Amino acid sequence: MKWEALLFVVAFGYLALLFVIAAWADRRAETGRSVIGSPLVYTLSIAVYCTAWTFYGSVGRAANYGPAFLTIYLGPTLAMLLGWLLIRRMVRIARAQRITSIADFISTRYGKSNGLGALVTLVAVIGIMPYIALQLKAITFSHAVLTAYPAEAQPNLFEAGILSDKSFWVALVLAVFIILFGTRHLDASERHEGMVAAIAFESVVKLLAFLAVGLFATFALFDGPGELLTRAAALPELRDRFGLDSVPGGAGGWVGSLLLAGLAFITLPRQFQVLVIENVDDRHIRRASWLFPLYLLAINLFVIPVALAGLLLGEAARDPDAYVLTIGLASGPAWLPLLAFLGGLSAATGMMIVETIALSTMISNHLVMPLLLRLRWLHLEGYRELSGLILGIRRVAIVLILLLGYLYHVLIGESYSLVTIGLVSFAAAAQFAPALLLGLYWRGAARRGAAAGLIGGTLVWAYTLLLPGFAQSGWLDAGLVTQGPWDIGWLRPYALFGLEGWDIYSHALFWSLLVNVGLLVGVSLFCHQSRLEQTQAALFTGHLHPDLMPTSLWQGETPRGELRALLGRYLGAAATARLLPPAADDDDALAATQEQISAAEQALAGALGGSSARVLINSVVRGEALDLEAVLSILDTTSQALEYNRRLEQKSRELARIGAELRKANEQLRELDRLKDEFVAMVSHELRTPLTSIRAFAEILRDSPDIDVSQRTHFLEIIVRESERLSRLIEEILDLARLESGRMPLNPEHLDLAQMARQSAEAVGHLCHERGVELEVQLPDESAPVVADPDRLQQVIINLLDNASKFAARPQGRTRLLLESHKGHWRLSVEDNGKGIAEAEWERVFEKFHQVEQTGDDKASRPRGTGLGLPISRGIIANLGGRLWIEKGKRLGGARFVIELPQAPSQAEKDPDAQWLPAS
Amino acid sequence: MPPSRLPGRLTALTLLATLLFMPPLISLFDRPGESGISLLPLYLFCAWGLVVLLAALLLEGNDEE
Repeated sequence: MKWEALLFVVAFGYLALLFVIAAWADRRAETGRSVIGSPLVYTLSIAVYCTAWTFYGSVGRAANYGPAFLTIYLGPTLAMLLGWLLIRRMVRIARAQRITSIADFISTRYGKSNGLGALVTLVAVIGIMPYIALQLKAITFSHAVLTAYPAEAQPNLFEAGILSDKSFWVALVLAVFIILFGTRHLDASERHEGMVAAIAFESVVKLLAFLAVGLFATFALFDGPGELLTRAAALPELRDRFGLDSVPGGAGGWVGSLLLAGLAFITLPRQFQVLVIENVDDRHIRRASWLFPLYLLAINLFVIPVALAGLLLGEAARDPDAYVLTIGLASGPAWLPLLAFLGGLSAATGMMIVETIALSTMISNHLVMPLLLRLRWLHLEGYRELSGLILGIRRVAIVLILLLGYLYHVLIGESYSLVTIGLVSFAAAAQFAPALLLGLYWRGAARRGAAAGLIGGTLVWAYTLLLPGFAQSGWLDAGLVTQGPWDIGWLRPYALFGLEGWDIYSHALFWSLLVNVGLLVGVSLFCHQSRLEQTQAALFTGHLHPDLMPTSLWQGETPRGELRALLGRYLGAAATARLLPPAADDDDALAATQEQISAAEQALAGALGGSSARVLINSVVRGEALDLEAVLSILDTTSQALEYNRRLEQKSRELARIGAELRKANEQLRELDRLKDEFVAMVSHELRTPLTSIRAFAEILRDSPDIDVSQRTHFLEIIVRESERLSRLIEEILDLARLESGRMPLNPEHLDLAQMARQSAEAVGHLCHERGVELEVQLPDESAPVVADPDRLQQVIINLLDNASKFAARPQGRTRLLLESHKGHWRLSVEDNGKGIAEAEWERVFEKFHQVEQTGDDKASRPRGTGLGLPISRGIIANLGGRLWIEKGKRLGGARFVIELPQAPSQAEKDPDAQWLPAS
Repeated sequence: MPPSRLPGRLTALTLLATLLFMPPLISLFDRPGESGISLLPLYLFCAWGLVVLLAALLLEGNDEE
């Protein structure tokens, strides 16, 4: 009894903490600083998948059936991997259509059908109720284990009375929590921030608690996984426990439960709620697609060690479902079982909170409201404010769901082990999968087909799983299971039509899905879809883009005042004012626009579900309410038009690309043209200067015969020098033209670059000396073989040396010629100690006729070049397979020109007789 | 802009994971290891970890739609 008071404080303290967290998150959301807007919180909220069934039941399942428990988590891993494609699509549709639940999703897909929504709701309530009972059972059970230990737990509810059962009180507190944080606003698509934050917190608690138990069992109780395995292997009954043979149904059962878990992961109402409805931003799905499988992996990591530890402890560990608690109780610190209890509590409450919200929304929107709207004698039109009524319905539904779950737990829960109930619920939820998934991809799926499939599948599910369950609980004759009804052997629920050797879940899943999909496809193929159905089908399958829809399906007319009154009744005055702000005083008398009617329908759909919203709008819009004929003719043409459109877009994108290329080519041509004009202008200018002086002096000589000899000689010298300059210029221009057209005659041969550099240095030595520039030559001792045209190469080197001596500092000019080897190339660099060249100019100096700017004093004293030397040099080096560029001189600080040529194999290595022709 | 290649890659990864988690591949590992206990759980956890890793690499990559 020592645990009694402590557990009470801890359990209700924990629930109080949930209230605080949810209230804090709601407060933050109101001030615009949402805490749930992250992929991590989204992932943790999806982890509501791991219920008390995971927390206690996985270990129990592992202890009995080996690896079978893993299928329940591998299935969702597979489904989540496709999340970015499948779930994102559902999220986008749900947002566009203001979907409030999975029942709403299916009903809206099949023409906003009310009947289908009600059907889904009924199946969900029947199928999920045991699952909620399971959570309550887990709480009672864990409480009983803790308080009774070391005695055998005796969950004797009837003797102790309901009021002393903790799970009853937990259910009541949860009802208050859900009413507070789940039904604050009517607009379900406004999401429940506080609830999601609390769920995410619960997911952290259960993960940490399970990891703590696992670490303790593996490393404190035993000496790591190795010892666990060795000791387990010593027991013959454990040795074969973890093979495929222990899985119920063997390989077939494995595949069956993998599929079952994968489908249920998407179709369980609470999973649909957190995955689709509570999703804040569809980009979060991207990270959650791998983060959620990682969470599942982490929470399952220690299941087998805990199961092994429990099995090895034997008698002290009691029931396998209780190992998580009893391992700590038997030989651990006192806080461990307490933490485990908290983990189980968080797993159970998280599931109950989300499931109850999802179910209560479905019940109020698809069962109660449509019924109330039908009952004219209630005169609902007379009420001014109906939003309170709807919230009231939802609150009553919440209390009823939890109470029903509790009743189920008390009356029938004892006869099932934890795992059995969970899988029965999974199989019920899987019945939604065909209508949901086929509806997303097959436009032909029709409402009647979906309804028939759902009814058929659910009946088969009830016959193959639910009824035998009742029989085992003693409510029905047990002979039903063993002999079949009326002793008809082939109707036995666990071996329908004689299909034996499967585990009961795969067996039920096979038959129910066969009937479900068969009816859905078969009936859809042979029945007529209504027009609204066709439109919705096209919207859901992506054949009709929402933007292409006409703004409204409503053709009728209604005064704005009536629309406002309708919205006001269901959504309240504030929401109405936000949706339809009055433009003028007499606004209410004006006819509502199509957009306004559409907006009103959307808003009502967010609160009441699509089908009720349609009925309500229908009641105020007069005249012909729906003109879907027009929409459908648009649809058929749009399907084609979309295809054409897509091709046209592709074509126009191609055209745009080609256009851009052409524009670019054109710009290049213009630039080239401009350069050519510039070149011609410059050439003419450069040619005219020497010509002018030649002509001037020639005229002087012609006109003044009596000029003295020395003068005449001087003039003639000028004429000769200018003519030389002219012919040099023309030679260079010709060189350049040849280089650019690629017709430069080059005669490459093997030569020694070091020797070539030395000769060039000697050739300019005299010139340098004249200019007062010191030339430092640093060449390697060995030869530097390259393949090049000797004359042309020398021309380049001399040009660079000449430039360097021109631009070296005055006085004390220094230049340096350096040859070094670099990664299979020779680098010959010429450096001076002049002012250097700004980095922006580095490429421009290789342009034709580009002259490096010289400052005032130097201008006169320095010889001017033609501006063609560097472009020619670069062209020659490029034609020789090398590179020529400028960089900052490291040693002398001025400009540094670098020639890089590939190293040739030295001549000695080659066969001297071979006629070696280098590639041009 | 070329169409995103992510959907194709994700589908391929899901198919790979399905293969890894199903017979006959899992039957290959369903034999006793050194200690005498089946290697199946160890294999499943390794394959699971690998699939999560691949999904993380794929989805955290730069393939922005």
